[in-house]
Amino acid sequence: MGEPNAAAQPSQEFEKVLVNSSTQVASFDTHDKTPIQKIQHFLHSTPAAVPFIVLVAAILIFGLTIGGKFFSSYTLTLILQQIAIVGILGAAQTLVILTAGIDLSIGVIMVLSAVIMGNSAVTYGLPAPIAIFLGFLVGGACGFLNGFLVSRVKLPPFIVTLGTWYIIMATNFIYSANATIREADVTAVTQMLHVFGVSFKIGSAVFTLGVVMMVVLVLGLWYALNHTAWGRHLYAVGDDPEAAKLSGIRTGRVLLSAYTLAGLIAALAAWVSIGRNGSISPSAAVTDYNLQAITAAVIGGISLFGGRGSILGTLIGAMIVGVVSMGLNMLGADPQWKVFLTGVLIITAVAIDQWIRKVAG
Amino acid sequence: MAQEPILTARGLVKRYGRVTALDHADFDLYPGEILAVIGDNGAGKSSMIKAISGAITPDEGEIRLEGQVINFRSPMEARSAGIETVYQNLALSPALSIADNMFLGREIRKPGIMGSLFRKLDRAEMEKRARAKLSELGLMTIQNINQAVETLSGGQRQGVAVARAAAFGSKVVIMDEPTAALGVKESRRVLELILDVRSRGLPIVLISHNMPHVFEVADRIHIHRLGKRLCVINPKEHTMSDAVAFMTGAKEPPREALAA
Repeated sequence: MGEPNAAAQPSQEFEKVLVNSSTQVASFDTHDKTPIQKIQHFLHSTPAAVPFIVLVAAILIFGLTIGGKFFSSYTLTLILQQIAIVGILGAAQTLVILTAGIDLSIGVIMVLSAVIMGNSAVTYGLPAPIAIFLGFLVGGACGFLNGFLVSRVKLPPFIVTLGTWYIIMATNFIYSANATIREADVTAVTQMLHVFGVSFKIGSAVFTLGVVMMVVLVLGLWYALNHTAWGRHLYAVGDDPEAAKLSGIRTGRVLLSAYTLAGLIAALAAWVSIGRNGSISPSAAVTDYNLQAITAAVIGGISLFGGRGSILGTLIGAMIVGVVSMGLNMLGADPQWKVFLTGVLIITAVAIDQWIRKVAG
Repeated sequence: MAQEPILTARGLVKRYGRVTALDHADFDLYPGEILAVIGDNGAGKSSMIKAISGAITPDEGEIRLEGQVINFRSPMEARSAGIETVYQNLALSPALSIADNMFLGREIRKPGIMGSLFRKLDRAEMEKRARAKLSELGLMTIQNINQAVETLSGGQRQGVAVARAAAFGSKVVIMDEPTAALGVKESRRVLELILDVRSRGLPIVLISHNMPHVFEVADRIHIHRLGKRLCVINPKEHTMSDAVAFMTGAKEPPREALAA
């Protein structure tokens, strides 16, 4: 608080007593904190810390129970390969969730983009770069449609993307007649669609270009979210849209860009999925990719109320699911236990999120 | 008054469906003054202020800033013209830091290729300027400018919002109910801030229901009633009960104070 000056003297009768009052009111730091409060503050300022601790704990637990077979760099990098698609979709989902929205259509956008890429290259015989471009175009257009309905028509994101989920899924089946494009047919035309399946070894660790893509994408988005005005605006819009608007942010544009970018990233996930699966199957549209992406984001500490969380958390969230599922596999457990544990993790993650938020109170 | 008003409005009309919020309202703000705007709930104070700050566009009427006719279509345009508003809800993003909030919507980018190609924010510069502004206004007990706004008290948040307005407002600062949510001590601090901002030569429009605060700091009081300016009074010549009586229609204002 500044030095009291002449103008600052209380001039209302009832304020006279203020002269003798404590002057601590405007100091910006709270003083003695209990260790628990310190942890709470640390977690509040470092949103990816909780999922990181959980990930390390999960690796340790499975490592100790299973032993060296789990700890091998081969197994650990295999997990990365398995989560590449969900990790990329989770990154797209994170952008939307940070705006306090949700994108239920993200999984089917990916499948439709993959089918477009495959059909363009194999059935229509277009050059691979054009086929891939068309896939991105369709993914981006689907995302733009979501963004348009949310930001301009002002419909709730849940309703919009529930609708487009069905619409895009049906479009996918009608357009493709549910015909799978075989791996050999794709390989016969081009190698480019399978580029993200290409693997390389560092010692016994096996990485695919898809895994590299996932990490590069997440790091790129982390940079954009934390070090550009666009990223700060995305957080501000999700945090308090009214305040963001009054601060001069064009909230509609920010929302539109988030959904459109999510659609484009879904198309990237489509390209990566072609590399991983080899073939392109329209029936993948029934897989709950959208829910897996939301799960990764939520376990990673992204708040569904918007404006909070780090995209690095989403990557870690996807890894946690990957580690748990691989660990249980190797223990020979019923696969349903993985589903069971995922549910427990989601609820725990949200409960911790609520607790951390109380720091504001 | 011999001086030319810096901000004027004539004949503002704003209708919401069948409700007329502004019915040919006038407004004048002179350089370097604190003009309080008071009025009953629903008198149209907020609509008038929103029209001036660009949050709504009036259906009719004319607003002039330094003699030039202006037509704001968004708060952003009003801001770039030098009119800053401290909204009642403060318009701060709770999860973002103090520095991020102060520069929200007008971030500074790094010079060179990092700024132009990679759009990298110049955090160091923004923090430096935010810190300078806060200490200029005597709010410099902040230990960490990167603290999230949600960890601050109500008065501290108000301080950040006022500092943001004072830092960027080159012509006019509008404050909507700045003390409404605050306790006695924090209100006192905000009133000091308001006087501080005026002493820098910036005129202030203060919207408030708190009569003691209004009478303490205002140079003139604009009384709004039924969608228009009823009168402008000098707080030194009238009592608070006069003002309340004019505002509620219990008493006719003196002829010389009536708006032309």
